[in-house]
Amino acid sequence: MNNHNTLLDIQNLSVEFRTDDGVVKAVNDMSLQIERGKTLGLVGETGAGKTTTALSILRLIPDPPGVITGGSITLDGEDILAASKHQLEKMRGSLVSMIFQDPMTSLNPVLPVGEQIAEVYILHERINKQEAAKKAGEMLELVGIPASRGRDYPHQFSGGMKQRVVIAMALACNPKLLIADEPTTALDVTIQAQVLKLMKELKSKYDMSMLMITHDLGIVAEVCDEVSVMYAGRVVEHGTLEDIYEHTAHPYTEGLFHSIPNIDARAHRLIPIPGLMPDPTDLPPGCPFAPRCSYAVEECSKALPTRIQLSDTHSVSCILRQKEE
Amino acid sequence: MAEEHPILEVRNLKKYFKTPKGMLHAVDDVSFSIQRGKTLGIVGESGCGKSTTGRTILRLLEPTSGEVLFEGRDILGLSKDEMRQMRQKMQIIFQDPYSSLNPRMTISDIIAEPLRLHKLCSGSADCEKRVERIMETVGLAERLINSYPHELDGGRRQRVGIARALVLQPSFIVCDEPVSALDVSIQAQILNLMQDLQEQLHLTYIFITHNLSVVNHLADEIAVMYLGQVVEKAPAVELFEHPQHPYTKALLSAIPVPSLKKRTEMQPLTGEISSPINPPQTCRFAPRCPYACDRCAEGVPELRHLGGEHYVACCLCQQ
Amino acid sequence: MKDSTAAATMGKEQSKKRKRSQMTEIWRRMRRNRLAMFGLVIVSILIIVAIFANQIADYNTVAIKQNVVERLQGPSAEHWAGTDEFGRDIFARLVHGARISLLVGVVAVCIALVTGGILGAIAGYFGGTVDNVIMRIMDIFLSIPILLLAIMIVAALGSSMLNLMIAIGLASMPTFARIVRASVLSVKDQEFVEAARAIGAKNNHIILRHIMPNCLSPIIVQATLRVATAILSTASLSFISLGIQAPAPEWGAMLASGRAYIRDAPHIVIIPGLLIMITILSLNLLGDGLRDALDPKLKR
Repeated sequence: MNNHNTLLDIQNLSVEFRTDDGVVKAVNDMSLQIERGKTLGLVGETGAGKTTTALSILRLIPDPPGVITGGSITLDGEDILAASKHQLEKMRGSLVSMIFQDPMTSLNPVLPVGEQIAEVYILHERINKQEAAKKAGEMLELVGIPASRGRDYPHQFSGGMKQRVVIAMALACNPKLLIADEPTTALDVTIQAQVLKLMKELKSKYDMSMLMITHDLGIVAEVCDEVSVMYAGRVVEHGTLEDIYEHTAHPYTEGLFHSIPNIDARAHRLIPIPGLMPDPTDLPPGCPFAPRCSYAVEECSKALPTRIQLSDTHSVSCILRQKEE
Repeated sequence: MAEEHPILEVRNLKKYFKTPKGMLHAVDDVSFSIQRGKTLGIVGESGCGKSTTGRTILRLLEPTSGEVLFEGRDILGLSKDEMRQMRQKMQIIFQDPYSSLNPRMTISDIIAEPLRLHKLCSGSADCEKRVERIMETVGLAERLINSYPHELDGGRRQRVGIARALVLQPSFIVCDEPVSALDVSIQAQILNLMQDLQEQLHLTYIFITHNLSVVNHLADEIAVMYLGQVVEKAPAVELFEHPQHPYTKALLSAIPVPSLKKRTEMQPLTGEISSPINPPQTCRFAPRCPYACDRCAEGVPELRHLGGEHYVACCLCQQ
Repeated sequence: MKDSTAAATMGKEQSKKRKRSQMTEIWRRMRRNRLAMFGLVIVSILIIVAIFANQIADYNTVAIKQNVVERLQGPSAEHWAGTDEFGRDIFARLVHGARISLLVGVVAVCIALVTGGILGAIAGYFGGTVDNVIMRIMDIFLSIPILLLAIMIVAALGSSMLNLMIAIGLASMPTFARIVRASVLSVKDQEFVEAARAIGAKNNHIILRHIMPNCLSPIIVQATLRVATAILSTASLSFISLGIQAPAPEWGAMLASGRAYIRDAPHIVIIPGLLIMITILSLNLLGDGLRDALDPKLKR
């Protein structure tokens, strides 16, 4: 898999949170790759381990209680898990940066936004204040905010505008990988459409790779090239947009599609996935989805399904597909 | 459909808030009616006044002016005690299943509270029986009866909120974004539950949401709100197939569709919602409207009848 | 509906969960905090000692009995903590001092809690002008240093134990008013209060059943911490002889009268001083522990 075109390569990553109530297995033996210039959608519900995976790439897992217990993360040829504190600091912001869900809390309320963007340049490019301020202004213009508003404080911006500022900050040093963790969940639909469009444009302009974390399969269809579907800390299905949307292979992915109220086909009942996500401190021994799966057979609860390659681009972890082969 | 009396009729409802900067027009001259057993979806983005509308109808907020007729009676004229009695018939389900349940009360206390307040149960055994029955109706396991809200997940908490609203056997429920805080798979469970309950108990819903796909799934009729005003109102199918108001069109096109076939290039609206404080007497959508012309500044456009049950408030959308 | 009824039947098979009171839950969380448990143990010991003070050492024959022959003795088997400048047994005086300190502390805090609590709740729930008037008066109270305020009250009413309690109580009233008001305000806007109104609950029901229970934890925590401050204030006032009058054994008064002999018999000052310190520390640790244990949202 290690072709030179791969920007991010995560192999068999496992992350645990050791709390008083038990060990939470947030990410289990998960692997994913992103090629240069591509956007990968990481889809799953609350507690699937999406954000934990993203934070591992930046080595920002709160420790304690979080511990990376195994696996490897290679970003642009560098081994992230072996990197020193100094290397990591250099990497964050310039090689990889991250946009969080809530734009209200990711900006410092007592600093003008222009200064906050300029700070990124001062930290990473060792340029003087005037130059940094000038570059910050250009960055603001790029995300559709007049440079003159750089003197304003975060509370003077609306939610959508704040998210634009956050994007400007994340892209300031031209990172190779942008991680976006539910970047539009807190925004209204019309504003979401604006922000998504902006992100798409900037991505192709800067030729970045993007990891788009979301629970919304509509957003994935809009901006991503490939999709990884996560459940209980594992990738259960991976493929191109076409693989996932047209040739859905995993019962969980199918369940997700059935759960979404469809804007085009009205009045039929939704088919929800019964039950709840398993308790991450006490995962079932076999396939974690088996207790909720309508196709489950006895073997499902005995051993973890292995990952099966359905085509060059499409892979799935499900015993049913194993049998078909 | 035979012309029945609507269960709820809202006429020229207004709710203004005084702020240091001036009058905030949260709900500005809103009128609609709902037939028994139907669902009216109220759709709009944050700050459009949809939640305020719902709360004002229930008199959780006192309206500035207007009329709310419930089963033919103007509830705005009711005394405090009469209104308290009326609340048995009119209930609300809240958005946030985390803050809408008192963290210091058990599930059974929460569900039984309305019964106790209205002295509807004789003795605690009867009370418990009714709580158990309603818990079964909404799909809550009986063993959870003595749990506290923080011990439950979001979906179950929302079921508790639904149980609390249903235990008084209301005929009308305002649902204020009941699924927007939930994960998709759980959201589908709750939506199905609400549909089942509507059929079984012949409930009337006002379904307030920002999610057009959800109302499309549930609602019979949809009202689209922008800055405190209804800009378009039509039966759901009609609204989705022939949207007229530029804002409705923009909303529809902004929804990311989870399918590869029906993809259209997104044409996002430019700009953002303007301030609801002392809004000008013009079309409030005009500053963002791609079709805006001089006539938009001539006054607030009225809801015009387009034929059928379709109404729209736009000077360009005439027959 | 299939899935929901399935869930319900599944639930019946499992035994109904026993009602677990919130107290057990709080106690469980409290026990995990070692420092808080240390505070609780010390405070409990002090309370027991204060209650059984007469059984441990008689007041008239030991605690205030002067015996000039044995004055300024160091700790020994007979006098565990030595004797003071009048030959009184320091240990016995400390035991009776605990009674006075705790009593003053608790009663003063109760006075502050009731007056400040009611005023704060009114201000928070009704808001507007009422709120403004009450809180500005509290602000004026707050702008006077606690000790100065207590001195004024004691000077005006005369120095007795009751007046001391009132003085310290009134001095910490504004703090309670502020805390109660703030927590009422934060709870008042929560959706469950609106939900209660939607099911037809009246104001008094909402305040008693929904708002107050959710304000309790900051109040309990503050009360614990304030007992410590009250004890310290009592000691300070007694130190400047405005508090408990001789010969009653009060910790602060013991410090004050002993300070003349600090060179010859340092234990007279050191032992009561240490005791005051440990008591205050324990109360603060207990208060902090309670804060963590009482918040259901911090769980998990």
